[in-house]
Amino acid sequence: MEKEYWKWKEYNWKDEDIDWKTGDIISAGVDVGSVSSQAVIMVDGKLFAYSNMRTGSDSPESARKAMDWALENTGLQLKDIQYVVGTGYGRVNVPFANRTITEIACHARGANFMYGPTIRTIIDMGGQDCKAIHCDERGKVTNFLMNDKCAAGTGRGMEVFADLLSVPIEDVGRMSFEVDEEPEPVSSTCVVFAKSEATGLLRKGWHKNKVLAAYCSAMAHRIVTLLERIGVEKDFCITGGIAKNIGVVKRLQKELGVDILETTYDTQIAGALGAALFAKALIEKSRK
Amino acid sequence: MIANYGYKDGSGEFFIRIDTDKCDGCGKCVDVCSSGVLEVRENDFDPLEEKMIAAVTEEHRKKIKYSCAPCKPSKGYTTLPCVEACTKDAIIHSW
Repeated sequence: MEKEYWKWKEYNWKDEDIDWKTGDIISAGVDVGSVSSQAVIMVDGKLFAYSNMRTGSDSPESARKAMDWALENTGLQLKDIQYVVGTGYGRVNVPFANRTITEIACHARGANFMYGPTIRTIIDMGGQDCKAIHCDERGKVTNFLMNDKCAAGTGRGMEVFADLLSVPIEDVGRMSFEVDEEPEPVSSTCVVFAKSEATGLLRKGWHKNKVLAAYCSAMAHRIVTLLERIGVEKDFCITGGIAKNIGVVKRLQKELGVDILETTYDTQIAGALGAALFAKALIEKSRK
Repeated sequence: MIANYGYKDGSGEFFIRIDTDKCDGCGKCVDVCSSGVLEVRENDFDPLEEKMIAAVTEEHRKKIKYSCAPCKPSKGYTTLPCVEACTKDAIIHSW
């Protein structure tokens, strides 16, 4: 079978040091996105286990699979989780969720946990849309903007490019810097237009690294224009899959002139993590 | 919180901006909108707070350029009914 370069690795993780049986509050968040789905389980507000996988055509099924995978080998069962919050594009399709919360609120909350309370501006670069969010020191949204009308400059666009150029998606960022000189950005981030432009550039004899560089920089530029309306306030971070692409992150950092914070957490779980934190807060609220 | 509903595309920027700190959920803007663009609902962006606020309906978020067209200057309006109706000055249109 032909290799599918866009396919990023799905995986699950758990913290071996946490014994959930001693935990008081067990909460979970499920983020069903347009491209990827994550389930996060927290014990007393500590990250306990999570999974990160691709969303299939069936959202309820994807939510269930993500959850089952996060639960795998933890000894925990779905019924042990006291509260589940669903979020993301497919949030209404999480059959076992106690309630749904928009991904904007969840990403702000998740970023607050991952990067700390100094975070003020968050760019969530998801599979099919891009959101700019401002929040306060508690991770509460103060201003937001989303551009969900087209998938230009999003994760899915990057997948299409990886496939077109036969470059594994994880290597796109690194390879985009292996060029003699930084090319002009492609004139459109529209996935379809950019793809035909890239095909043209390849025919003109451009090396594929140079084409990647041109696309990464077009993507970085698009985020800058999205930020114009709400402004950039430090500290700044990116959540979602694109945060793993240094080709976009470094170019964005250069164009904005603002440091982009790094994290040891997987940036793709920010939404589900925020949802799990809200689930915890909702349990606490109901106990009062 | 400032909520920006709408989008930016090749033809321009179309955002309805609602200041949820000013909005008290009175619903006057909902009553005057002939296209049904606005609604009063729970604050989705702050799930722990139980306050009702005006918001652009899910249905209209991706087409407000067209949904709001009946009230725009080319149709003879000089002020927008929803903006006029809001006694708290919580609504702004970007175009």
